[in-house]
Amino acid sequence: MSVMLQVRVWRGGAAGGAWRQYDVPRRESQTVLDVVTHIQRALDPTLAYRYACRVGMCGSCAMTVNGAPRWTCRTHVDKVAQDGRLSVAPLKNLPVIRDLVADMREFFDKWARAQGQFKGARTRADDFERIAPGSEARRRADAAIECIGCGVCYAACDVVAANPGYLGPAALNRAWTLANDARDTAQGARLRAVAGDRASLACHTHMSCTERCPKALSPTAGIAGLKRAVARAALQGRL
Amino acid sequence: MSRRAETLLWVAQRASAAVLAVCVLAHLATLIYAVQGGLSGAEILARTRGNVAWLVFYTVFVLAVAVHAPIGLRTVLAEWLGWRGRARDFALIAFAVVLAGMGLQAVRGVVA
Amino acid sequence: MSRALALAHRLSGIALALFLPAHFWVLSRALELDAFLAWTGQPAVKLAEWGLVTLLALHLAGGLRVLALEFLPWRDWAKGLAAAAAGFAVAAGLAYALAL
Repeated sequence: MSVMLQVRVWRGGAAGGAWRQYDVPRRESQTVLDVVTHIQRALDPTLAYRYACRVGMCGSCAMTVNGAPRWTCRTHVDKVAQDGRLSVAPLKNLPVIRDLVADMREFFDKWARAQGQFKGARTRADDFERIAPGSEARRRADAAIECIGCGVCYAACDVVAANPGYLGPAALNRAWTLANDARDTAQGARLRAVAGDRASLACHTHMSCTERCPKALSPTAGIAGLKRAVARAALQGRL
Repeated sequence: MSRRAETLLWVAQRASAAVLAVCVLAHLATLIYAVQGGLSGAEILARTRGNVAWLVFYTVFVLAVAVHAPIGLRTVLAEWLGWRGRARDFALIAFAVVLAGMGLQAVRGVVA
Repeated sequence: MSRALALAHRLSGIALALFLPAHFWVLSRALELDAFLAWTGQPAVKLAEWGLVTLLALHLAGGLRVLALEFLPWRDWAKGLAAAAAGFAVAAGLAYALAL
């Protein structure tokens, strides 16, 4: 095991940037977030990056490590820097604010455009709605519900890169959980939101999202479900 | 194009794909069988001339392809060439007509 | 793996779409088939033919994978479909090559 890591970090902004090299002392059980933090604290205080919980719960530390999007706090250096070298860049498919910080606004805008918000009909004065946890629809929703909006799937998606209007795996995954929520009253609007060339139908099942999701979710499965729902609606004249 | 129309295109693509799955498997099997010992015009035509089953099979094959290929190209043109909109769709309709026309001529050529 | 297969699926589709008009044209002139087939005896053409057959098998396999992912209930083995599709295409290409 080498004593020093050779780390390439992307530095720059919206107008462009370049790689800069840093030598970071290697430590046991070191994560990529540890490496980035060391650079900012000990070597170059001008480095901009994001993190919060540092224990794999918030998703804020997502970056591109050796070309693939990952949570840096949950990526051990041993796993990705076998030859003592590492590269860290901001998440792909998103505008860069500065250095390793990506602008997440478009990600969440698309979430909203996919009708990714719950719309209920009951008020606090009404009784609870009864949903059987073992029902097919609830099981499908539960399989996709754990998304924390970290953006890794969005950064990994080839269609997002090729099709600027594409809503993306996270937004569609959330729409899928709500489509399976019997309490939601916006199903018609949601189907329209996820139909068409900018939404579910644009997914080409490359499955990069499913491969990279740190919570082991499968947006591909949810998007396939949306495709079927949308097709049914179109054939029945409901779209 | 309306969301409904785009969705129906997607449905047509999958439906024609299912039809083509059968046709292509049959076609691949036929090719592998026929190419043994060399190909000859007489051999091919002896199989297909005047045969109603081949006529039906190839006609279905051609029509499914005429639906499937243009819709497939539509996505490629949008994503790789940035070509979206009416002009692209008209060009693809023209291509579909050409494929169907030439395909049916080919069917006629080997079955008539 | 899925990304590589998806790219191959797209490229093979484009190649087949461009090839078909020529294929149809040749077949429509059935009376001259033997003359054409003599031309196809050349090794370069035989190689291209084998390529087309393999591309067709690849496109079929990739397409079946898409249909499975989109219409069959999701299962964990779905992740292995890309490898299975590639395997099928290789097998078909081999079968054709051996038959030649």
